[in-house]
Amino acid sequence: MQVPAPIAYERATSLSNAIELLSRHGPESRIIAGGHSLLPMMKLRLARPEVVIDINDLAELDYIRANSDHLQIGAMVRHASLMNSDIANRYFPIFREAETVIADPIVRNRGTVGGSLCQADPAEDLAAVFAALKASVVITGNNGSRTVPISSFHIGPYMTVVEPDELLTEVIVPLRTHVGSAYEKVERRAGDWGIASVGAMIVLNSGQISEAGIGLAAVRADHFRAVEAESFLLGKQPTADVIAQAALIASENCQPVADQRGPEDYKRHLVKELTTRALNRAIDKAREEGT
Amino acid sequence: MTDLQTKPEGVGFGRVSRKEDARFVRGKGNYLDDIALPNMLYGAVLRSPYAHARIKSIDTAAAQAHPKVKAVITGQILESLNLAWIPSLSHDVIAVLATDKVRYQGQEVAFVIAEDRYSARDALELIDVDYELLPPVVDAKRALDPDAPVIRDDIEGKKDNYIFDWGSGNEEATEAAFKKADIVVEQEMLYPRVHPAPMETCGAIADMDPISGKLTIYCTTQAPHAHRTLYALVAGLPEHKLRVISPDIGGGFGNKVGIYPGYVLAVVGSIVTKRPVKWMEDRSENLMSTSFARDYHMKGKIAATKDGKILGLRVDVLADHGAFNNTAQPSKFPAGFFHVFSGSYDLEAAYCSVRGVYTNKAPGGVAYACSFRVTEAVYAVERMVDRLALELDIDPAELRMKNLLKPEQFPYTSPTGWEYDSGEYPRALELAMKISGYQELRKEQAEKRRRGELMGIGISFFTETVGAGPKKHMDILGLGMADGCEVRVHPTGKAVVRLSVQTQGQGHETTFAQIVSEVTGIPVADVEVVHGDTDNTPFGLGTYGSRSTPVSGAAAAVASKRIVEKAKLIAAAMLECSPDDLEWESGRWHIKGDPTAGKTISEIAFAAHSTQELPQGMEGHLDASCVYDPPNLTFPFGAYICVVDVDPGTGKVTVRRFIAVDDCGPRINPMIVEGQIHGGLADGVGMALMEQIAFDEDGNCLGGSLMDYLLPTALECPSWETGETVTPSPHHPLGLKGVGESATVGSPPAVVNAVLDALKPFGVKHADMPLTPAQVWRAMQGRPMRTDLAIQ
Amino acid sequence: MQVSMTINGEQVSREIEARLLLVHFIRETAGLTGTHWGCDTSNCGTCVVLMDGVPVKSCTVLAAMANGRNITTVEGLETNGELDSVQRGFIEMHGLQCGFCTPGMMLTARWLLDNNPHPTDAEIREAISGQICRCTGYENIVRAIRWAAEHESGTGHNITEGIGA
Repeated sequence: MQVPAPIAYERATSLSNAIELLSRHGPESRIIAGGHSLLPMMKLRLARPEVVIDINDLAELDYIRANSDHLQIGAMVRHASLMNSDIANRYFPIFREAETVIADPIVRNRGTVGGSLCQADPAEDLAAVFAALKASVVITGNNGSRTVPISSFHIGPYMTVVEPDELLTEVIVPLRTHVGSAYEKVERRAGDWGIASVGAMIVLNSGQISEAGIGLAAVRADHFRAVEAESFLLGKQPTADVIAQAALIASENCQPVADQRGPEDYKRHLVKELTTRALNRAIDKAREEGT
Repeated sequence: MTDLQTKPEGVGFGRVSRKEDARFVRGKGNYLDDIALPNMLYGAVLRSPYAHARIKSIDTAAAQAHPKVKAVITGQILESLNLAWIPSLSHDVIAVLATDKVRYQGQEVAFVIAEDRYSARDALELIDVDYELLPPVVDAKRALDPDAPVIRDDIEGKKDNYIFDWGSGNEEATEAAFKKADIVVEQEMLYPRVHPAPMETCGAIADMDPISGKLTIYCTTQAPHAHRTLYALVAGLPEHKLRVISPDIGGGFGNKVGIYPGYVLAVVGSIVTKRPVKWMEDRSENLMSTSFARDYHMKGKIAATKDGKILGLRVDVLADHGAFNNTAQPSKFPAGFFHVFSGSYDLEAAYCSVRGVYTNKAPGGVAYACSFRVTEAVYAVERMVDRLALELDIDPAELRMKNLLKPEQFPYTSPTGWEYDSGEYPRALELAMKISGYQELRKEQAEKRRRGELMGIGISFFTETVGAGPKKHMDILGLGMADGCEVRVHPTGKAVVRLSVQTQGQGHETTFAQIVSEVTGIPVADVEVVHGDTDNTPFGLGTYGSRSTPVSGAAAAVASKRIVEKAKLIAAAMLECSPDDLEWESGRWHIKGDPTAGKTISEIAFAAHSTQELPQGMEGHLDASCVYDPPNLTFPFGAYICVVDVDPGTGKVTVRRFIAVDDCGPRINPMIVEGQIHGGLADGVGMALMEQIAFDEDGNCLGGSLMDYLLPTALECPSWETGETVTPSPHHPLGLKGVGESATVGSPPAVVNAVLDALKPFGVKHADMPLTPAQVWRAMQGRPMRTDLAIQ
Repeated sequence: MQVSMTINGEQVSREIEARLLLVHFIRETAGLTGTHWGCDTSNCGTCVVLMDGVPVKSCTVLAAMANGRNITTVEGLETNGELDSVQRGFIEMHGLQCGFCTPGMMLTARWLLDNNPHPTDAEIREAISGQICRCTGYENIVRAIRWAAEHESGTGHNITEGIGA
């Protein structure tokens, strides 16, 4: 089987130690958490870090908690934990819906929220989920922490604003009332990356859409988001026609490219179809919550 | 025919747990990569990143300077040993290491031998190859264009990519049938390139003893004896100094039949370094370079009367053989057994033509449980019958029932000359329809169509062609396809049976013990199976094409019968009676009319080894052997029904139910047979819906890892529903037929027919596999895609 | 670097290269070849072992990352010469053919049953969906795990208890 090139290995003992190790080893070092994105790339020798810094001992980053305004998800939360988190899914059932279709149960036991976001794969489902939820991420470095909206976190395929001596430490999701969320994904087979995926969040206020979030994965939407479709929905009654128009806008709000998962026209069609489905279900849930 | 007399518990055929499971569930299997010989080195292959390029130079100095590297082998070095090229199984040659050009992405270019596998991998990066890129041809339909680059310029005078033309059947009679038909339906279809992808990849350990000159090759091979002989023929190694050992094999499905360059390199490596050398391919090497399957572009044409009597069938094939013609099949059959394509139907005439071409793709062609291209044949006829049903607006089950061969027509000679041994086809289809609740399913479908929901019901009826094969008809590189078997009964009545065939999960250690037990009455638990070691087993050509039971199983049955016959003579001597006065019960001869006076096989075995006076001229001991040359192939068959739901918004297919009725004659171990059928059905779902090895225009393989080449998981497979009919083979000593590949052969058209049936409201007539969500949606738009090329 | 972990209750300590994959540590350093590998991309699941009671793909974990952890492989399923109910289920229901995916499948099954003693067939299929079997078509694996659920010894061979998710 394929094996990685030589590396040095460091195991961080704390967040501050991890940052210190990053600073010491410089840009050729990489953080490893679950390892399910990085290690296959290292085995294929597409990634060649000189040093890997293991943060699996950082229990301090493994939490899901809510205060009155926010849901806070630590970077070391495993996919399986987010999927099974009552607290996260009470507010946003989109988490369970998305996690159920991310990779497979074994991979979900290891893969982490922070790792998924930092890998920044264009098909990453959690990127679309957090885009729909308009989350922010906390990035910690030598000079303390900074909070960045998810909409400016990704700067291209496999690229984020996290600097070489920084670490993503937390994702913050604002809590809302009368909110519904849902996730839709079509994949060639269980465990595969999506051909297209859509996450939706809708807040209803007196029957009108007061906030809308639409996250898109695998279709090269800027920052995993269908901003124009979101804007279109604001202040409108969620009628079938409005949803159909929003879905159409979303399908034009991305730049899918043909690959072995599907041709461009199909991917656009899927965005439209899945946006419709996700919006409908998010609206239904928002209504249920409202009653 | 087996005598289905009452037998004691633990004897003979029936559902018994497998002997081999005891080690496997404890993690004590012994697979190739589990073997670590003292002082062993590790090899790694440098492969071409390009599909077509001239090698200008190879610089191995840096790799050789690596502290842990013991040797670096290039094509130039092999040339000096006359081993750069070796003969293929199809009258061609294959390159072990490229010398002049690379001809497909993933082709072997150099071989590094190092102290450990990590260092070997590291050293590959230190080899500098200077390539001059050449335009590749990956589209078989353009391989014969006048301006197509010539791939095989190593063949003297070669100016094109043409390999062969071959035909079977009566072309004139077929044309005549078409002329008088009321309806003729034509359909082009591709059976795309797929890969057997066993969970264990291929590998070998070569261990040359420099003193004795004995070369032991541990190898993931389905055919250890054939390998030994081929090494002797190809490399000029003395055959008595060659020993091939197949340890436990983690699945084969045809992938582990041929000899791959990596095996030869391990051998050369061991000779060069005088140490054992292990080579084990990684998954990408497995998918990109070892035997693929299919890649048949087929143009079908079916003729019928307006009331649905099929008259004739014609299929013209463009066969993509990749860069070397290296399909593993009986030598006289360039298209394998494809010419059994008239299938299970009573038609007047049939004709097929096959044209083989070279492309800049990996060589291979026959693998993946296909029974030498019966898979392609069944797919072709079963799609054509469905296309005819669609045009005639006749229910596809009814159309099949109308045209199936009738029991009284057997033995039946097909329009292309096959003699089907036995069959009761309508009974199998009726049973499948009954299990599925066919009429209710059609009602449900009509209901759903009214609501805009897409449900499809697909049928496939197949006749398999397995157990190659009779010496008078076939050989592999001149070797007849007979298999030997030796049975020895020890003095205390326990037995050992030695086989030439090689299990890869089929459970031979259990089923061959059951065959010996069935005939001799020795309990299954008391029969030990020895296999997988050419020094300790009789010669034979190995396990593929579902041939173990039809050929080697017959050898075991005949040898066992010889034991029983010899035992009779000894029993007569012991009982001081005439052999004619004896009667057989399972495991014991007794005097007719007096069951109390008899001798068990144990008693007889002891006597055979004792001072007991034996009949005049008889040697002692209780041993027998047989080399079985099958008089014909066996023809198992089955009726499959698949039920799918298609999401009209996304094109996503869900296989809801799959009903499989198989007839393989009597079943040695019904549990094992059913398990093999389950596995083949999953293969069918995989090939029909997701498995794909396409190539982009630069010749890059787009299915080179399990991220890209998708194999079905437990979530895509339904709970299989199976049924059975039993039509014994008239010529097999126990009436048995092969079954290992039946479901892989029979299931893909059932799934495809089901999906296309679901899409009927959209006017879709055909779309090629794999029917991915994108392909289904495109078909619904009337624009299905080619699945052998990159999606644009 | 020095790593040390517990494999099936035994402490294994070795000097290794930092890049060594856990699957190779288990197979070649500890000599436990019951754990297999089948791909390079964490898709096939033949390399599944339990790490601190949770199934992981050992080809996608560095041995160094398992330092100090508790590993269970197929060789650790049997206790005091008695097969685990999952092992017995695989034999009884013919849940294996070539045997290559079997160790990983059984470990996942053990984890599933420890956390969900009476899974539905759908839950069983979901649990093993990250592991590929080419021989069985999965049906008999599902039956084997169901058999195991129905024949748990009751004395609790709960090897993932307290440490698993």
